[in-house]
Amino acid sequence: MPSAAPPSDRNLVGVHKEYVSNVSSTDYPGHYPGEDHSWDLGLFNERCRVQVQRLSQRSIEFDLVGVDASVANALRRVIIAEVPTVAIEQVYVWNNTSVIVDEVLSHRLGLVPLNVDPRLLEFRSTDPDVPDIPTDQNTMVFRLNVRCERNPAARRDETDPEVLYRNSNVLASHITWVPQVEQATTFAKLTPASTKPNIVLAKLRPGQEIELEMHATKNIGMEHAKWSPVATASYRLLPLIILKAPIPPHLCRKFAKCFAPGVVEVVKNSRTGQDEVKIVNPRKDTVSREVLRHEEFEGLVELKRQRDFFIFNIESEGPYSPEELLPEAITTIRNKIKVIRDAAQKLVVDMTIDT
Amino acid sequence: MATDQAKLPKLSILPGAEPNLASASYCIRNESHTLGNAVRWMLMKNPSVEFCGYSVPHPSEPVIHIRIQMYDQKSSLDALLTALDDLDTLFETINDKYNSSLQSDSFERWEEQS
Repeated sequence: MPSAAPPSDRNLVGVHKEYVSNVSSTDYPGHYPGEDHSWDLGLFNERCRVQVQRLSQRSIEFDLVGVDASVANALRRVIIAEVPTVAIEQVYVWNNTSVIVDEVLSHRLGLVPLNVDPRLLEFRSTDPDVPDIPTDQNTMVFRLNVRCERNPAARRDETDPEVLYRNSNVLASHITWVPQVEQATTFAKLTPASTKPNIVLAKLRPGQEIELEMHATKNIGMEHAKWSPVATASYRLLPLIILKAPIPPHLCRKFAKCFAPGVVEVVKNSRTGQDEVKIVNPRKDTVSREVLRHEEFEGLVELKRQRDFFIFNIESEGPYSPEELLPEAITTIRNKIKVIRDAAQKLVVDMTIDT
Repeated sequence: MATDQAKLPKLSILPGAEPNLASASYCIRNESHTLGNAVRWMLMKNPSVEFCGYSVPHPSEPVIHIRIQMYDQKSSLDALLTALDDLDTLFETINDKYNSSLQSDSFERWEEQS
């Protein structure tokens, strides 16, 4: 049925002094009499908007507009916990005479971010019927062999351990890759190593050494956070500042100072020449609600957030470049949907056989 | 860890469902709020669905329950299948729009210090 354009404040969350109002979405069929809110791909296609805003070599900011919170949240959760990466899982310590014990060192090694493209590896088997055997298809082998020695060239009164000794710091860059079978050609593009070469793994003194072998496997952040491809993946709703009445000229500066820098500006009115406020960029606002604390602004301003406007911020901390993470998450989520769909289809078949 | 879990079906119907599945509760294994909430939302977008809700019965079990009740004695399993299909096309749409935004190259590029 044709329905009139819904009121614009319906998708606005109210931000008040001590509470938030109108938080839940109501765009379901049967919620508003005479309005149809059933799923319509054409309408969704029209209303949904994705706009990349900022991209660096480590992070991306993009807007996802016109979707429900459950969809945005599914994407956020999948990016954090279900996009696979490769991390060190088994550590075989042959010799470790450092002060840091084997299990603590192993844990630190597991957390080292690797630049290995997970799309080139398979998952290890978790099925009890299929034996879990490490092969060149599912495991990367690394070695760490470091021995600390005195630096004979150091002056006698030297106190800096970095000059006095060689290899006093064991770094992530000391980890070396040992190619297995065909891996030398598969991973020829980028030599597998840590994405951050300067991570201190342990400290050594002359005579101490570390000698170990590591097996890295592909897994997801749900199993352990070391397999999470991101430092953070978060979203916030677009803030809105709505002026209900003009701000008195002598209070304009105070009003502007209630917001984050760059959100509100004080400008001269072209006709009267008096100060007035101009909302320049509400997107930058932190929604600190400072403006609601002052009596003189009561009733003049309302703070809102747009419920279907998600500003995503993703910081990549692994093998993926930041712009690859959302497509990877969507691939993962669509695979998950397919698995459930196949199971549901099987259930339909089973039901028809039973009856 | 999940030694005996792999044997259990991904999707099963919990006891107490109507024989024609007009109202039924489904149990999905190895899923969480991630898909539970999205599937619930898509089911609620269906005008034939009278009620839909989901829950994670216990936080340390990777299981979700989805309750679906239909109008006019329709099959909730069919509704679940359509919801999953629609959700799939929704994510496909988002992916297409994201890729075209990336290709349009109309965004700020900057160098981040680490």
